Amino acid sequence: MEPLELAADAPVLGIETSCDETAAAVVCGASTVLSSVVSSQIDLHARFGGVVPEIASRAHLDLLVPVVAEALVSAGLDDREIAAVGATYGPGLIGSLLIGVSAAKALSMVWGVPFVAVNHMEAHLYAALLENPGLELPLVVLLVSGGHTMIVEMRAPGRYRILGRTLDDAAGEAFDKVARYLGLGYPGGPVIDRLANDGDPEAIRFPRSMLDEGYDFSFSGLKTAVINWVRRHPDVAAADVVASFQAAVVDVLVTKVRRAADAVGAKGVAIGGGVAANSALRSASPRRASPMVALVRAEPRDVHRQRCHGRGGGVVPAGPGRSLAARLRRRGVAAVAHLRRVAAALPGR
Amino acid sequence: MIELTTSNAGETAALGAAIAALATGGEMVVLSGEMGAGKTALTKGLAAALGVADPVTSPTFTLVHEYSGRLRLFHLDVYRIDQLDEVADLAIPELLDDDALVVIEWGDSIAPALPQDYLEVRLSLGVGDDDRSVVIDSVGPMWRGRLQRLSSLIREGGTAC
Repeated sequence: MEPLELAADAPVLGIETSCDETAAAVVCGASTVLSSVVSSQIDLHARFGGVVPEIASRAHLDLLVPVVAEALVSAGLDDREIAAVGATYGPGLIGSLLIGVSAAKALSMVWGVPFVAVNHMEAHLYAALLENPGLELPLVVLLVSGGHTMIVEMRAPGRYRILGRTLDDAAGEAFDKVARYLGLGYPGGPVIDRLANDGDPEAIRFPRSMLDEGYDFSFSGLKTAVINWVRRHPDVAAADVVASFQAAVVDVLVTKVRRAADAVGAKGVAIGGGVAANSALRSASPRRASPMVALVRAEPRDVHRQRCHGRGGGVVPAGPGRSLAARLRRRGVAAVAHLRRVAAALPGR
Repeated sequence: MIELTTSNAGETAALGAAIAALATGGEMVVLSGEMGAGKTALTKGLAAALGVADPVTSPTFTLVHEYSGRLRLFHLDVYRIDQLDEVADLAIPELLDDDALVVIEWGDSIAPALPQDYLEVRLSLGVGDDDRSVVIDSVGPMWRGRLQRLSSLIREGGTAC
């Protein structure tokens, strides 16, 4: 495929439907967000205790056209001025991904402009840069959410290496499951974060799985250890349990990301994903970061929603922010649900 | 019906390996048991025995993970599905190809909406921290004739075919 030349400030439309938010944005260049529209489906999901796939797909279908239209209107652009259309192709819920990818392909075809397939995790990396244009490379990014936990080294725009990832449960999933086990509600992250303030993080010494081994994570054993502790000590204060649990998760995350930053000579560390909103993680990070780490930037939930989860903030800059030619995909690209395959499909691998 | 206890996660994984050894494709395994009971541990053993090289991670958020080994393995987690009519959207019958094995965690919660032909594995926490009680039974004809062989395999250590 012929490399595409885009003017540095060419407006690009980004579409994101990988999970429970329908989002579209128009971005010019690497850091100018002209518009960003996020239609959160969180209320729809609250009734079901989580993301239910078909509900998400149907809601994306209903919301996508108005969300895209609003993004164009807010940007003050006519559709003929859009130079390229990007969409998240994975990882995510397959039914949801298909809606965004199909819409972006259709628009690119009708408008006669290129379609750019964007990896959601890659968008997280760019969201960190968008938030902090002063971040210097190489950068180590901890991506930590309900579905994913990974440490990524970013040497240059478009050049990444996954240093480690979870071998079983994601960190956010552990938060959700512990919260549900203790009857604290969903989503578990914010509930545990609040309750942990009233507890003693050293009350119970929960295991730090694989603390000294490489950069991979394992949180399934911690979840089971919490359950076993509560079974043995039914009268234990829930605040102490969650504070100690949270301390174990944060300890592992911070230790590993710090070690990774040292190992690759990172000039900065960024944290993205829903769990980055956790106050213990945010306060632990700078204190325990190595001197080499110039900046530790956590990404609170609202910023994640604003900057990445859906949209342009992440999805669009991942297009023009690097060599766009290398990212261009034929419209034959398909939505991909599974992370491993998405990673394999990344350009330059 | 097979009843047994395991005393660590490795033994629970060996049960998965024994189930994998008897799978020829087109079968479904429904796992039930509270959080931490070993559903994912069993699936990890099953996947390894099928020759799956990728790490088997929890599909709680992503709902369906697909792996390739001797058979394709579809690993589902319906923990977050509360409405039976949502099960239809997972298209489970379409996953049940001749070259595929479908494993569903928390599958008991959606049992009425499943094709009524599967191996049921019920795990529960035992007295000790690492003990698990396991009850294995067939629902429908597909696994009925294999329960005896499964029982023997488990006694022999789970991996021989």
